[in-house]
Amino acid sequence: MKRSLPTHCIETLLGWGGSLTGVLLFVALWEWGSQLYGSFLLPGPRDALAALARLWQADALAAVWATTWRAMLGFALAAVIGTALGILAGLSRTLGRALEPVSTVLLGIPPIAWIVLAILWFGSGSLATVYTVMATSLPVSFAGAQMGALTRDRRLQEMADVFAVPPLMRLVDFHLPHIASYVFPALITALGVAWKVAVMAELFATEDGIGAGLAMARVNLDTAAAMAWIVLVVALLLAAEHGLLRPLQRRMEPWRQTGRGAR
Amino acid sequence: MLKLEAVGHDFGRERTLAGIDLAIVPGESVCLVGPSGCGKTTLLRIAAGLVTPSEGRVSDAFHRSTVVFQEPRLLPWRRLLDNIALGLKAQGVPRRERLARARALADELGLAERHHHFPHELSGGMQQRVALARALAVDADLLLLDEPFSALDVGLRSEAQTLLLELLARRGIASLLVTHDLTEALRLGHRVLVMSPSPGRIVHEERIARPFVERDTAFLYEAAGALLRQASVAESFLFRQTEVSP
Repeated sequence: MKRSLPTHCIETLLGWGGSLTGVLLFVALWEWGSQLYGSFLLPGPRDALAALARLWQADALAAVWATTWRAMLGFALAAVIGTALGILAGLSRTLGRALEPVSTVLLGIPPIAWIVLAILWFGSGSLATVYTVMATSLPVSFAGAQMGALTRDRRLQEMADVFAVPPLMRLVDFHLPHIASYVFPALITALGVAWKVAVMAELFATEDGIGAGLAMARVNLDTAAAMAWIVLVVALLLAAEHGLLRPLQRRMEPWRQTGRGAR
Repeated sequence: MLKLEAVGHDFGRERTLAGIDLAIVPGESVCLVGPSGCGKTTLLRIAAGLVTPSEGRVSDAFHRSTVVFQEPRLLPWRRLLDNIALGLKAQGVPRRERLARARALADELGLAERHHHFPHELSGGMQQRVALARALAVDADLLLLDEPFSALDVGLRSEAQTLLLELLARRGIASLLVTHDLTEALRLGHRVLVMSPSPGRIVHEERIARPFVERDTAFLYEAAGALLRQASVAESFLFRQTEVSP
């Protein structure tokens, strides 16, 4: 059903208003907690913003950039390798049996253990961080792609048999669009993991980046600065998800988008 | 022509088909009717070459056969024209040509205004017409239809049947249509074969001489009644003789 433009605008505004209410409620709780426990244990939102402004002047941009490229590089590697292996594991039963336990083991290793190993293997620095990010987000994208490849519609496969669809076309026209609908949500989850792990790895392994900034805040007992860094990480994650992955999904799956609009 | 000789099939330990002899000549329309679970879909799959029977011989001398399934089975992520052109793409027909042929077929089947719609934006009847157009696009001379209209409501079903009759006649395509609806079989077939379950076998064959255009509702019910008075047919549909005769 098509709605008129004014109705649509009002609905959109109400939608934003709803989200804004949630955010404001959270900020109010934060402020209340800060007044209850004092600004040393829990600095309020205003302290955090002030700290953020201070950090910005002290070249937080370099730290943001360092964390961003480490997280994104690790994430990109994990996305490409994990998705490719996941598709293969889903299409071939034998390969699936062989790779699934490996993925479970990787999923079970805590990120902190990866950091220790990565530092031992590659020494402190960017490489250790990128590797840790990749190792922890890879099983997530693998699982998504495998699930997508496993849940292919058998009725469509039979239709492909009837029309004698050649293998390459089967992959591109039948398998991949279906798999993509499983891969995108998995990638969004993997992206969240990538950011969190990148910051954590930097805390131990690097001299710069948001994680290193957090380590510095810990040393200085500067809770407000720690809060400011957290706000920054969350903002970056949201920007990457809504600025990169979701638009990509809308571009690649127009048949879903029109579905949403039509309902 | 398509010829099945002494075909039998086991599914696991269960015997689903036994002693099936069936021949379809070019341009002929054969309807296979029987209650649910009598193995008629399995028989259609065997005729389509999707299933190899446990015993018996299948020989298909038709140039090309395609299947229209009970559900449309369209690719949800492809637009209407691309769905119709799917079989042509599989044959390696260049994009421009296959889209032109798909467009012509879409117009012929009354889908002219919806060339760029995705399947979920179409009604059930339209989706089934897209599936029909997709089967026709590859220039098949044998069409195998597995209860293609069973999901449509009565009015749409009658409309779709008329359309199918027209398309088959215009192109001279032979067809094997599977249905559980006796009147549908009597309306669409030159020949009606009645199947009986466990194991699935053909128990009765009826040749219908009356031309398609003269098969009105009154004729269909009368013919269905006459058919059900045959002991073998009634038994297949699990009627008792006393229930049918007034």
